[in-house]
Amino acid sequence: MKIKISIESSIVTKPILAEAIVETGALLNISQAHFDNTHGEVVADIPSEQFGKIRDSLVKKGAEVVVLDTPISRDEEECVECGACVSVCPVGVFSLADDWSLEVDPDKCIQCGACLTMCPHNALFLGQ
Amino acid sequence: MVKKTIHEINGRIRDGSVNVVTAEEMVDIVGELGAEGAAKEVDVVTTGTFGAMCSSGVWLNFGHSEPPIRISKLWLNDVEAYSGVAAVDAYIGATQASRSKGMEYGGAHVIEDLIRGRSIDVHGTSPGTDCYPRKVIDTTINIYDLNQAIMLNPRNAYQKYNAATNSTNHTLNTYMGTLLPNHGNVTYSGAGVLSPMHNDPNYETIGTGTRIFLGGAQGYIVGEGTQHSPESGFGTLMLKGDLKEMSSEYIRAASFEGYGTSLYVGMGIPIPVLNEDIAKATAVTDDDIVTNLLDYGIPSSDRPAIRTVTYGELRSGSIDVNGKEVTTSSLSSFKKSRQIANELKDWIKGGEFFVSMPVERLSRDTACNSMKLSSVNPLVGDIMTSDVSIIQAEASFNDAAKTIMDKQFSHLPVVDKDNSLVGILTAWDISKAVAKAEYDLVKDIMTKDVVTTSPDEAIDIAAFKLDSNNVSALPVIDSKKKVVGIITSDDISKLLARRQ
Repeated sequence: MKIKISIESSIVTKPILAEAIVETGALLNISQAHFDNTHGEVVADIPSEQFGKIRDSLVKKGAEVVVLDTPISRDEEECVECGACVSVCPVGVFSLADDWSLEVDPDKCIQCGACLTMCPHNALFLGQ
Repeated sequence: MVKKTIHEINGRIRDGSVNVVTAEEMVDIVGELGAEGAAKEVDVVTTGTFGAMCSSGVWLNFGHSEPPIRISKLWLNDVEAYSGVAAVDAYIGATQASRSKGMEYGGAHVIEDLIRGRSIDVHGTSPGTDCYPRKVIDTTINIYDLNQAIMLNPRNAYQKYNAATNSTNHTLNTYMGTLLPNHGNVTYSGAGVLSPMHNDPNYETIGTGTRIFLGGAQGYIVGEGTQHSPESGFGTLMLKGDLKEMSSEYIRAASFEGYGTSLYVGMGIPIPVLNEDIAKATAVTDDDIVTNLLDYGIPSSDRPAIRTVTYGELRSGSIDVNGKEVTTSSLSSFKKSRQIANELKDWIKGGEFFVSMPVERLSRDTACNSMKLSSVNPLVGDIMTSDVSIIQAEASFNDAAKTIMDKQFSHLPVVDKDNSLVGILTAWDISKAVAKAEYDLVKDIMTKDVVTTSPDEAIDIAAFKLDSNNVSALPVIDSKKKVVGIITSDDISKLLARRQ
């Protein structure tokens, strides 16, 4: 399963991911990581039976853990298939097919919400 | 030489023998048969485009009320419509925002709601006259209650449009969509190979009176659009059509984050192939159409072009920007553009739509000038403080605090060994460090993400930057990132105070 780990700037210098992995032996496979001066965000895959223990360990160390199980959804009536969303998605959820239809691969979605504000037709939703 | 007349082509439409293809299909036909062969073979080439066309709107006539009113101010679903044209006419423009809902609902949404047959709340006011005594009107109408709903779009169907990117270190919200920092993406608009005006670049068949596809109905070209600038390849059209016959399939409201509302307009122009020159022109491809990639990070109407780019490159999914491969996004829908070209083709083949010649041709040699400004706007360089104290990134906390005390500046630009700007240190940063008892080097406590200006930037832009970034001073830097001054919100207040 895919999870998102958010780390506040106050603890961003502490090796909490490494500690949690050593502590739980969970096979955390990091696919995305982004850090700036306000916070850090890590997207990772984890075998579902190990999720409980790594979440508990990370939360105890001050991180926030969210399961990425409600990916982006599209209102096909509102969508005009322009492709505005294509270039703002950091993980390539959206693409245009050979016939210029919009293709959506929700499995890749990390629920960042960048496409929501880009869409001129308010056709994209998270958490539904 | 192939020569055909509009009458011959319309005769073929009438008897069902007409040969119509889309501008996309025409590329290969001209490639195979040559321009002369294609001109013999093909009678009409259809084009289409579906994208954001902000300069759009609808004239409405409500009919007279009892007692009558000459509306002078009018709101439709709380979006203001212009009613300074007597009694009960009004123009609802696509980009006008709602008084209560702001940017998320605007004139474009009123137009789409009308097409969808939805109810619209009308609120109008008037000073009251002997002939029009009523002062206020409140009613609810839908499109069927209106005498006329005439779409009249002053500037549509741009021949081509500049592509957009952003060189700054922060995200920009524009009418070209979200532009990610550091050239993080590129957005563009336009149907390329299907672009109506590019398929008849000399405007031989496109002009005043030409019958077109507009919003799913038959419409007409009124004439050149506002800002029509054929000399630089940016021709525009003014279009007219009956909103009552249009479909929400082809007219859609949109809203751009941080910009406002716009209207997606679907339109297509049939190009009668009267001779081989026209046939040749309709074989234009995406690779033939060149536009500029502009840096929207420069807040000026005269944005520099980073490079030229073809629609072929833009539509490939990514382009090279300063050595980096950057993903592109189209804001117009090519799928819908193709749908329009095909629908128009079906109309003509089915004998429902006849082609026409313009009664007046569009100008081919005019340019679009910028606004005449009767007063000169001051620049940052005119009012900035040049005698600015700076501090080295490696300096100590104490040095910084002392400089702020001695020089009475509450903002210190921070520079590296080469004197290039790397951050800013404010009295607030000092307080924060004291509160946390972190007496580090300047580089550890400074704000790194610093908003800057340059001496030749307009004061209005500096004021906008101060406001939108919620900061009170901007270091002024030259092209080599050397600090040449500082401008504060105080400097701007003083300027305004002097003006009044």
